[in-house]
Amino acid sequence: MTWTSWGISKSPWLYHVSTGSCNNCDIEVVDCLTPKFDVERFGGKLVGSPRHADVLMATGSMTRKSKPRFKRVLDAAAKPFIVAAVGTCASSEGIFHDAYNCVGPVRKVTKDVDEEILVVNIPGCPPRPEAIIEGLVNGLQKLKEVQQ
Amino acid sequence: MVGRLVFDFFVFPGLFFTLGVGILASWLVRKVSALVQWRVGPPLLQPAYDIAKLFGKENIIPKGSSEWGFLIVPLLGPIGLLLASIILVKANYLATAFIGDVIVVLYLLVLPALAVVLGGMSSGNPLSSLGANRELRLIAAYELPLILAVTTAIVKTGGGLRLAIFSSQWVAASFSGAFAFIAALLCIQAELGFIPFDISEAETEIMGGPLIEYSGPLLGLFKISHLMALLVLPLFLITVFLGGFSTGWGALWGAIKYVLVLVVLILIKNTNPRLRSDQALKFFWYGAAPLGLIALVLAVVGNLIGIAWL
Repeated sequence: MTWTSWGISKSPWLYHVSTGSCNNCDIEVVDCLTPKFDVERFGGKLVGSPRHADVLMATGSMTRKSKPRFKRVLDAAAKPFIVAAVGTCASSEGIFHDAYNCVGPVRKVTKDVDEEILVVNIPGCPPRPEAIIEGLVNGLQKLKEVQQ
Repeated sequence: MVGRLVFDFFVFPGLFFTLGVGILASWLVRKVSALVQWRVGPPLLQPAYDIAKLFGKENIIPKGSSEWGFLIVPLLGPIGLLLASIILVKANYLATAFIGDVIVVLYLLVLPALAVVLGGMSSGNPLSSLGANRELRLIAAYELPLILAVTTAIVKTGGGLRLAIFSSQWVAASFSGAFAFIAALLCIQAELGFIPFDISEAETEIMGGPLIEYSGPLLGLFKISHLMALLVLPLFLITVFLGGFSTGWGALWGAIKYVLVLVVLILIKNTNPRLRSDQALKFFWYGAAPLGLIALVLAVVGNLIGIAWL
């Protein structure tokens, strides 16, 4: 284990990108910070800029309008990072499958930018805060393995 | 001689000690904040994980920034605070001091804030230059009361411009000293960038302010600067006003004073909302500065007519 990968799995700084969500998953993401779930136990905190982020939390079914914005956020983020697709819409489009205004799940867009970006799918409508935290921890563990 | 210097700079009052205590202090800040909010809070080594992670990340230099300024400026903060920490700690436990060291420390303590301003200005992002602007206004606000408070301590101790003289007595155990201590405590709160004076960072408003474009190791240097400030600024406060610390049991007593001052700062942080820029300026110029001025007048009058408790 190198010293750079020592910190990566224990200090997830979260950046929240809405890719056209209905606001339900966004509220569940904020729930992770509340006293009952307290994502800071794992070192997580919300940051305001994608340059500081380790986890980009994408919520929503990736509308046509939000796709170029999301790509710019992916370009702005400092590597290594993971993308967490929070909610059924972000993981697999859910009920918006084949809708004219949606361009596919988050993983499809990250593949356009870079094949090697890790995507964690956290299904649920909305996913429970416990599920979101578990997804984060597992995703960062995976990132640490890839780093080594 | 050279070995002694290297030891001073890198091990005991220097880098290793400052960083180590800074990590513990930063953990204390987050843990106490978490307990106040009825949460569990981060593990003990959390600040160390954060720094290690940041140094392993990609370093992005944004388009349109002034590259050299952007790269060099983050070093200013840690260097200034390192020197300040060496001067402060040695003045306390070895009583080594040169005339005017308190003025040197006051200058060195401005460096981290100045680094934030320059970094924000050189990164070429509108939000970061807005943050730099706010930080500059905040410096203009808190420097006046801080200098008034330190001048009170200088008058109180008989005009000797040496830190070792302050650390041998309790300046705050008099009316003028107590007023000056309160004014200086509020200035330190602003200098640390704690709520209610986190105007320049304002994460919910301008997204980290001057640091918005920084990533990876350069952001890590700013975080290190903040860790060191968590040690150096309260240490400056207890050296000037609360009798500092010495060797042996005195070191333990000093550590207790340090933790108490830090916890007071954290509790102020957790029980106040963020002020606007103009409100902070008004607070310092019409609130804290007159308090410092009253303290200075009391100290001068007390010296003239020979009343020690004034």
